[in-house]
This record gives sequence, C-alpha cells and structure tokens, in this order.
Amino acid sequence: MTAPFATQTSQARAGEWFVLYGLSVLGALLLSALLVEATDGDWRPVVNALLDGSVRGKGRWGETLGAAGPLLIVALGTVISGRAGLVNIGQEGQLFVGAAFATYLGFVIGGPGPLNVVLILFFGATGGALWAGIAALLRYWRGVPEVLSTLLLVTVGAQLVAYGLRYDWLLLAPEGDRGNRNQVSEQLADDNRLPRPDLFGNEFPITVYIAISLAVVVSIVMARSVWGFRIRMLGRNPRVAQVSGVSGTHYGATALMLSGGFAGLAGACMLTGGAFAFGNYQLVPGFSANIGWTGLLVALVAREKALIAIPIAFVFAGLRTGSSFVGSTGVEGRVTDVIQGLLVLALLVPPAVMFFRDRHRARVAAMGRV
Amino acid sequence: MDAFFSAAWDVMSSDSTYLNTALFAAFLAFAASGEWVAERAGTLNISVEGMLLAGAFTSAVGFDITGSIAIGMASGLVGGLVIAGIQAEMSHRLAADQFVVGLTLNILVFGLAGFLDNEIQPETKLAHRFDIPLLSDLPLIGQALFGQRWPFYILYVLLPFTWWLVFRTRWGLELRAAGENPQSADVSGINVNRRRRQSIYYAGFTAGLGGGFLILAQIGQFEDSHVGGRGFIAIAAVIFGGWTLRGTIAGCVLFAFALASRLSIQGLGYDVNSELLQSAPFVVTILGMAIFAHRVRPPASLAQPFVRGLK
Repeated sequence: MTAPFATQTSQARAGEWFVLYGLSVLGALLLSALLVEATDGDWRPVVNALLDGSVRGKGRWGETLGAAGPLLIVALGTVISGRAGLVNIGQEGQLFVGAAFATYLGFVIGGPGPLNVVLILFFGATGGALWAGIAALLRYWRGVPEVLSTLLLVTVGAQLVAYGLRYDWLLLAPEGDRGNRNQVSEQLADDNRLPRPDLFGNEFPITVYIAISLAVVVSIVMARSVWGFRIRMLGRNPRVAQVSGVSGTHYGATALMLSGGFAGLAGACMLTGGAFAFGNYQLVPGFSANIGWTGLLVALVAREKALIAIPIAFVFAGLRTGSSFVGSTGVEGRVTDVIQGLLVLALLVPPAVMFFRDRHRARVAAMGRV
Repeated sequence: MDAFFSAAWDVMSSDSTYLNTALFAAFLAFAASGEWVAERAGTLNISVEGMLLAGAFTSAVGFDITGSIAIGMASGLVGGLVIAGIQAEMSHRLAADQFVVGLTLNILVFGLAGFLDNEIQPETKLAHRFDIPLLSDLPLIGQALFGQRWPFYILYVLLPFTWWLVFRTRWGLELRAAGENPQSADVSGINVNRRRRQSIYYAGFTAGLGGGFLILAQIGQFEDSHVGGRGFIAIAAVIFGGWTLRGTIAGCVLFAFALASRLSIQGLGYDVNSELLQSAPFVVTILGMAIFAHRVRPPASLAQPFVRGLK
C-alpha cells in the first residue's frame, strides 16, 4: 500500500481505517439482518444463537478454537506461497490428500501411540506437499500456471480419496468396523489422537497451540530471515530476484510445496484432533468440509499477514460453530454462509477505498508542487 | 477385454447416451462460452459456479411466479448478472483479489440459494419439446441435437454470436487486448478494467441462461446441489480448449460424454468406478496442459489485476 502522506498524521490515518472497516462490517451485518427479517425471521435470536454457539455457550469457545486451528494452519501456508507471488487456490484438495496420506500411513506403520501421532502429522504434511508438488512440477517444468493446476487438482484429490475409501487395501475400514457406512476409514485408536486438554471448562485439541506457534514462526521467518526476504523479493519482483541470485524455480517450488504441506498438516490435525464436525477420528468423503477454501479466504482477508490471520481464523470458525445453533431459532442455519460471504466482501472494500484515496491525495499533492 | 468392448459398443449405440451428452454439454457450453470471454479478457472467473446456481434459482422463482418458460429463462439472467456485477465491480473497479471475490461469491450463493429455497420453495416444470423437422429424424444424433426442449436451441444462436462478438467486433479486439497486454491496451486508449467488467457481465449473462436451461429444460426442479461443481468443469473446458471457442466446445462435449457414459454404463448394467470418471475431466485437462504447454498458452495476463501505473 502507498506510504502515508505528510499532510496526514498516523492517528488520522488509523482513524480512517477504523471508520472504513467499521462501516463496511456494519453494512454487511445490516444486510444479513435485513435478509433474515425479509424472510419473516427475527435477527435478534439469530445473533444470540450465533454468539451462544460460538463463544458464550458452555464449552463452545473450545469448539470454535478447535475449528480455528486447521483454518489458521491452512492460512499460514497460503501466506507463504502468496508472499512468493504464487496463487495457490487448491488447499481444499491438498488438505484432503494430506489427511488421506496420514490415515493410510498411520495405519500401515501403526507404531506406539505418541510417536505415531507425530508421524501421522508428518505424513499429512508430506501428502499435502506432494499434491502441491504436482502443481509445482507442472509450473516449473511445463509452464502450466499454478492457479489453474491447483484449482483443477482439488476435485481430482477429492475423487482420488473417495476412490481409496472404496477398497480395504487402501483406506476403507475392514468389514466389521464400518458400521452402516459404505465409505469410511478405520477409526484412530485412543493413543493415536492428539490430547485435548481442558482449559476453563473448554476442551480443544492442542492443534490450536501448534497453529498459533506456527503463526508466530511464519511471521518471524517471513519478516526477519534471509529465506523469508528472498521469498518476498521473488513475490514482489521476480526479475530483481533472479538478478540477485534467487532461483525462482527453487524458491517458488519450495513455497508452493510448503503451502501444500501446511494444508496437509491441517488435514492431519483435523483427523487426529477430531474437533467440531471433523468426523470422528476417521476419514470419510467430504472430510475436508470446506476448511481449505475457508482457510484460503482467511489468508487473503488477512492480506497475507500471519499474525492477523489468527483473529480472522477465529471469527470464521465462530461463524461455523455458531451456525449449528442458528437452526434452533427457526431460521435456516445456512444463513451463516451468507453472513460469512458478506463479511468477506465487506472486508475487501476498505483496502480498495484507501488505495484510491491515497492515490487521489498523491495526485493532489503532485499538482500542488507543479 | 471383450466385456469392455461390448460395454463401449452398447454405450456408443444407445440413443440415451447421445441425448444425455447433448444435455450435459449444452449446460456446460452455456457456462463455458461466457467463461471463455471472461478469460480472454484476463479474468479467471471462478464465480461461474455461483452465477450458474444464482441463475438457476432466479429462473425457478421467475417461472414459479409467472408460469412462463420464457420469463423464467429471462429471470435466470437476473441471478447471473447480479453475481457478475458483484464480481466485476469488486475485482475490476475496487481492485480486490478476484479469487477472494469469486470463492466468496460461490459460498455466498450456495448459502443464499439453500436459505431462500427453504423459504420460497419454487415449483417448476420443464419446457416442451420441439422437434426440428427432418433433422430430428437423423439416426443417433438427430434427437440429441434437434429434438430437445426449446431453451436448448438458444445455444445455436449464442455460440456463433459469442464468436462474432470476440473476433469480429472492435469491442472483442479491445477485450482480447485487455487480456493479453493490458499496459499496451491502456496506452492505446482502451479502458482495460471496463472491458474486463463487461466481459464478466457477459459471463454472467450466459451463465444465467445456463442456470435457466438447467432448471427449465433439463431437471425441472430446483435444488441447491444440482450445479454441483460443474462450473469448475466449465472452467476446465475453457482451459482444455486452449482458450479457443472451438476447443472449449469440444471440451464441453468430451466432458459431457464422460458424464453421460457414466449414466449409460450403469443403466446398461455394467459396473464402473464413478470416482475415476468424475475426476476424468480434470485429469484430462491437466495432462493436456502439461503436454501442449508450449503450443497452447493462456491469455498473457490471465488472473493478473490491472491497476494503471502498477506493474
């Protein structure tokens, strides 16, 4: 974003941001309320249900944190590839493939409990990275834009996992453990799950701590390390990067695979952490539950800043956990999808408006000097 | 192997395969022709999925209110154009990231359609069949191409019109310039972002028609799961076609054939793995891109935003 101008103090600028964000978020919420009212609902119970379901209810903010963890991890990966100037929009597939990898190898190896959990997480990350690696290979070997290949690989990944869930030599659980379901993997044993410590009466998997520490690490590495600097240089200006000896192929492929690795890790975390609506420590079709798409949105709304992604992941997770309570008010729970969509669109407006205002100010300032 | 050939023969010689292929291909072609225009102007418009769903929903509502297929089709345009409007104004006026906008719109429309469908529950029925004389009596393909419900025939006008618009008008030339080299286009006096917005509106127009076609000429009842990712298959078709209209349509037909043969194979009593067939369009597209990467290239500034003075 353009630098602030001498005519404007930093407080005034912060105030402007604040007002812009306030207005657009308010606008999105008003629109959502109008929608509920227009269909003969009442917005107040919906808001209450959302708050109860996401934070106020007993044990609910633990649920929300549990959902926020994977979202944040996906977003962090996206931050890395985004900073390198690559548009990875295939997190949904990378997450799913990562989870499938983790499930398969987790059961094949089946080592002693705690060690196996670590291995499962590692394999999840590997699976995601390999899936993104296909896109990286196509990008740097055949020149296929990564935007297209990652997008197309989402469906391929989902169908591949569903295929694996049909055969018991791949992912399908043995005959006796399936219950009444067709496509389901074996359930992780108790000692193969992530611990879910209790904090103030709220239970959530330690995924959350992993995610937050990763956010800090990513933020520091991107801002303060040579590697992070090279990645950012590659993203800002590939030609400068090339001239200064930063190999686009090497760093770009690494960033893309890291991004996929984070998504895969998120998938493994969902599998072993078993939080809100993420299945029951087993893999099923549709396991990825839009976490990949939403995580991508988190990263883009956070404008590719790792630390800002933390609160945004929490808000998006809150809309998810809250939506299960909205149904009880007589209003279709899907309205939270609408609220989320409107919120994202609203969050996109202020940076755009600021950009044009800065540009206008710059133009006026330049005219003054002429 | 014999079983395979006899299955293939049964599929190839059954009328229903061709009928289904034509129906699926038509739906994809409605979406893909507009998507192709948007991509030629430089937008990877992933909200096409949302446009289709919105178009389908508004056309169902339009038909429910008026009971006229024509008005139903026209109100399908409303849904497509509204979503196109948000996508276009957000990504090419406010310079917001086109993928955020597109993804968000897909989620938003999916939620909104489910929510409103629950409230309104529009009742719809199919348009009447219209056999084109003589042509519809051709063996195998006659019924498929010339014996469809009438919204199908819009395509016979829409596709040549799209081609003419993009390759034979000044507007089309400017649009392609905006997709290839926006800096040069801008310098020569073309309003790049306006052309890009207009191309997205065109995508909304065709996707709105496609949504109406889906409800009023193919399925006959709105359900939010009916589009089910076929917007993404349309995008794959555009890529598969190497960003030419001919190739895009070929992609639509090929992918539609894969979808239709799945139905026929199962209908004829053979067993087939549906997951592998469903991912076939995407695998074929990726392989195609990888193999022909040096001969076929996307519009040079596909998916890159244009802001004057920033490069």
